[in-house]
Amino acid sequence: MSLENALAVAAALFAIGLYGALARRNVLVVLMSIELMFNGVNLTLVALARYVAPAGLTEDLVQNIGGVLTGQVFAVFIIAVAAAEIALGLGIVFAMYRSSGSIDLSDATQLRN
Amino acid sequence: MQSIAVDVAFWVLSAGAIAAALGVVVVRDLFRAALLLVVVFIAVAGLFALLSAEFLAVVQVLIYAGAIAILIIFAVMLTRDVQQGNLPNRAQIPAAVLAALLLAVLVWTAFETPWNMIGEEDRAGVDLVQVNATNNVDEESLAAAGFELPEEQEAARRAGLADLLIGEFVLPFEAVSVLLLAALIGALALVRPRTQ
Repeated sequence: MSLENALAVAAALFAIGLYGALARRNVLVVLMSIELMFNGVNLTLVALARYVAPAGLTEDLVQNIGGVLTGQVFAVFIIAVAAAEIALGLGIVFAMYRSSGSIDLSDATQLRN
Repeated sequence: MQSIAVDVAFWVLSAGAIAAALGVVVVRDLFRAALLLVVVFIAVAGLFALLSAEFLAVVQVLIYAGAIAILIIFAVMLTRDVQQGNLPNRAQIPAAVLAALLLAVLVWTAFETPWNMIGEEDRAGVDLVQVNATNNVDEESLAAAGFELPEEQEAARRAGLADLLIGEFVLPFEAVSVLLLAALIGALALVRPRTQ
């Protein structure tokens, strides 16, 4: 296990999520793919926090010991944003299903027509 | 010996996460996709634990594998065409090419960047602070990790996640709180029946 391998795994999760978000018609699968992308980003942040020295740590660990946790703090923020995103996203899915009877993104053309 | 075990665990969890993630986007059955998504979340939680982010591993299981997965499975249950729900759209090939290009660029960047790594002499201290991000640790383990003076031990103790969240990062913390509240109120307003 090294930083590069962890970053590569996170990049693979992100790329798979990006493909799913762009290429699928079902809005629930798109939401799941976005969650995959969030997970890839979180994994990147945690891996960087584990392996890469924050600015200032190179001189003295004790002066900037909180800096080694910054990546984890940002991962906590991203998890909170992901929770907000999924709650609001599923609300939009339900409103869409109720108004058009479909959760197919190719049918969601009310704003265009 | 221990590092071999860590390596094996890392590769097993990584392969599981990537295989399940591929399953999420290609499987036809929406319900199976949601269950595979739970597999991804739990594998990523294991990777967090390996990367000495144990609090985040627990949060990942609670929030993602618990709350978010349940919400998605409920949404799957409430929609039609569960078995044949996951169809591709016309942008499939450009999307695959774009994702593959992005993956190539990201992996190339990860391997080519000269990272400023944490030195071996600081490794024990950094691991102690990260693993115990939510605990108070005793003097002996602090001293064993290289925090010798009382001031150094105090600084290491104050570097927990909670101190950072309500100290240095209090403004983003409050912003995220307001965002979560607004999103939940918005979700309730969206799904409220319009019959009054």
